Amino acid sequence: MKNEIVLKGVAASPGIAVGKAFIYDKEDFWIEERTISEHEVDNEVERFLAAVGQVRDEIKETQERLKFKLGKEQARILDAHRMMLEDQVVIDETVTRIREERKNAAFSFFRTLRKVIKALKPLEDNYLKEKLADIRDIGRRVFFRLYGKEHPTLRDLEFPAVIVSHALSPFDITHMQRENILAFITDIGGRTSHVAIIARAMEIPAVVGLETASSQISADDMVVVDGNRGIVYVNPNEATLEQYQQERKRLLQQEEVLKELWGLPAITQDGKKVDISANIELPEEVEKAMSHGAQGIGLFRTEFLYLLGGTPPSEDEQFDIYREIAEKIAPYPTIIRTLDLGGDKLPGIAPPVPEANPFLGWRAIRVSLALKDLFKVQLRAILRASVVGNVQVMFPMISGLEELIEAKEVLEEVKEELRQKRIPFDEHIKVGAMIEVPAAVMVAEYLAGEVDFFSLGTNDLIQYAVAVDRGNEKISYLFDPLHPGVLRLIKLTIDAGHRRGIWVGMCGEMSADPLATVPLLGLGLDEFSMSPLVLPQIKNIIRSVTFKEAQAIAEEILQMKTAREIRKFLQQVMDRKFCDISVAPSKTRSEF
Amino acid sequence: MTIKNQLGLHARPAALLVRTAEKFKSNIFVVKGDLEVNGKSIMGVMMLAAEMGSQITIRAEGEDEKEAVEAIASVVEDKFYEE
Repeated sequence: MKNEIVLKGVAASPGIAVGKAFIYDKEDFWIEERTISEHEVDNEVERFLAAVGQVRDEIKETQERLKFKLGKEQARILDAHRMMLEDQVVIDETVTRIREERKNAAFSFFRTLRKVIKALKPLEDNYLKEKLADIRDIGRRVFFRLYGKEHPTLRDLEFPAVIVSHALSPFDITHMQRENILAFITDIGGRTSHVAIIARAMEIPAVVGLETASSQISADDMVVVDGNRGIVYVNPNEATLEQYQQERKRLLQQEEVLKELWGLPAITQDGKKVDISANIELPEEVEKAMSHGAQGIGLFRTEFLYLLGGTPPSEDEQFDIYREIAEKIAPYPTIIRTLDLGGDKLPGIAPPVPEANPFLGWRAIRVSLALKDLFKVQLRAILRASVVGNVQVMFPMISGLEELIEAKEVLEEVKEELRQKRIPFDEHIKVGAMIEVPAAVMVAEYLAGEVDFFSLGTNDLIQYAVAVDRGNEKISYLFDPLHPGVLRLIKLTIDAGHRRGIWVGMCGEMSADPLATVPLLGLGLDEFSMSPLVLPQIKNIIRSVTFKEAQAIAEEILQMKTAREIRKFLQQVMDRKFCDISVAPSKTRSEF
Repeated sequence: MTIKNQLGLHARPAALLVRTAEKFKSNIFVVKGDLEVNGKSIMGVMMLAAEMGSQITIRAEGEDEKEAVEAIASVVEDKFYEE
């Protein structure tokens, strides 16, 4: 029996998979160096150009498949591949090498690409790491064509397996039999890399950024992929296996039962109604949100638009997407959050100087206010879409009143421009602020005077409040939504909003934590926005309690001095009340 | 001219510059220090590694050279954000 190995990476796409590993390794490719004779030269050049043409067709075909499977904007992620393949300088240089150095096509192309890769390597940030993987991917595809072979694809896979690879390109993912793919594991990549975006849209669990997974896992190793927590177990021991098989079974069963809740409102036993909505980042996810019973989109993340293709999205492209979502979910609201890039979420457009503290750095609304043209394009698209549905706009990471007022001024400028051009929009579009900076909580009452709603971003709020980087293993145990300090910040925000007559919601992970639902309800939270998958479970909890008892529970935990005490108490309450409902995510979280 | 967008030229904006350059018949070059690359080559422009504040020169030769330089200059001036 091999020993269990635990690998930690980035949770890129939720879900749990247990199965055999299939190593999809593309790194080793032997390229022979051969000197060719003079009369071979023309033929070799022709062969090279033909191979490039074939790969170009391959890209086109893949793009069509992507369009079909995932929609137009997803297909854009291959634009960069195409531009790099068709790069005239690279083609010319390769041809020159074949002609002048009399080397075979594969070797000449390899040398040319290697020069590019070498020049880019010193600049390597997360974004370029992916670009380098793209360049290598293109190279491999041309080599395969030159040797007259078909590039291996995942379609050849004959049994259901967990795909393990250094990097996966959009090609790999689109050429596969969906039923044989249990999960993806890769060494490189983040939450916004190609594989993550596509895996989420296709509901395939994925853990990326594992660094050495492809060399540590061997073919046919048993693996457990936990796409919710970003953890992979190689050769899991009996206990781990048992735990995950149970959890998977429970989740499946639960989903069946909870589907019956579809269409029922999130209302407590004594008649207090709250809104329950979905966090999404792809237009395709609207269906999933609706089928899980979401009554609105509480958070549409727009970052992915900026991370696809080679250029920032145009006003029309954005408009099309916003309109599509708003139309589908109407009359329920669609809350569009303006660009929240920065910190860890800035892989596409890295700042020139690495920031020592990206989370305290140039990100979110700060980026938008600094790059007003970019900001205005997005606001115009949002405003134009407000005609077709209940579109609302939300500014991320507001830290004080000035920032909020400045953002609103830009919005007004854009409105005025649209009025002058006689372009229709909703004059009374609702504006909200995300509350995720502790200082903003302390001035929430002033902020509330300027907006129509608040949405608590708990991931950042907790990290800033307890001064903990969750990615740092040594201290991540301190990241606790049930810290009494965090609960008080939430209470202050809700109270300030209510005093000023606006509603207060939450779109952070905490709103999806079953252990936190009852206390949040009791504190007066008006809206819970979360991943569609957990939505029925949270709704079920809300429907099973009275507002009165939720208030009593909230009051009681506000008297407690430590997170541990609060957790223990809530666990008991939940066990007593919901023996049939899993509160496993919170229980296990504390074990890791 | 100076790269004004805070994100630099090496990643995403490179594609926009190349797409603009491709619209013209002239040969277009982007120069930074002793490095000169073809403005129609995405790999080349990426390799320039032009970050915010770096000085680059746009040079064009051909029938529509004036328009080409103007178009690219305005893309850089606009900090790459309007399509």
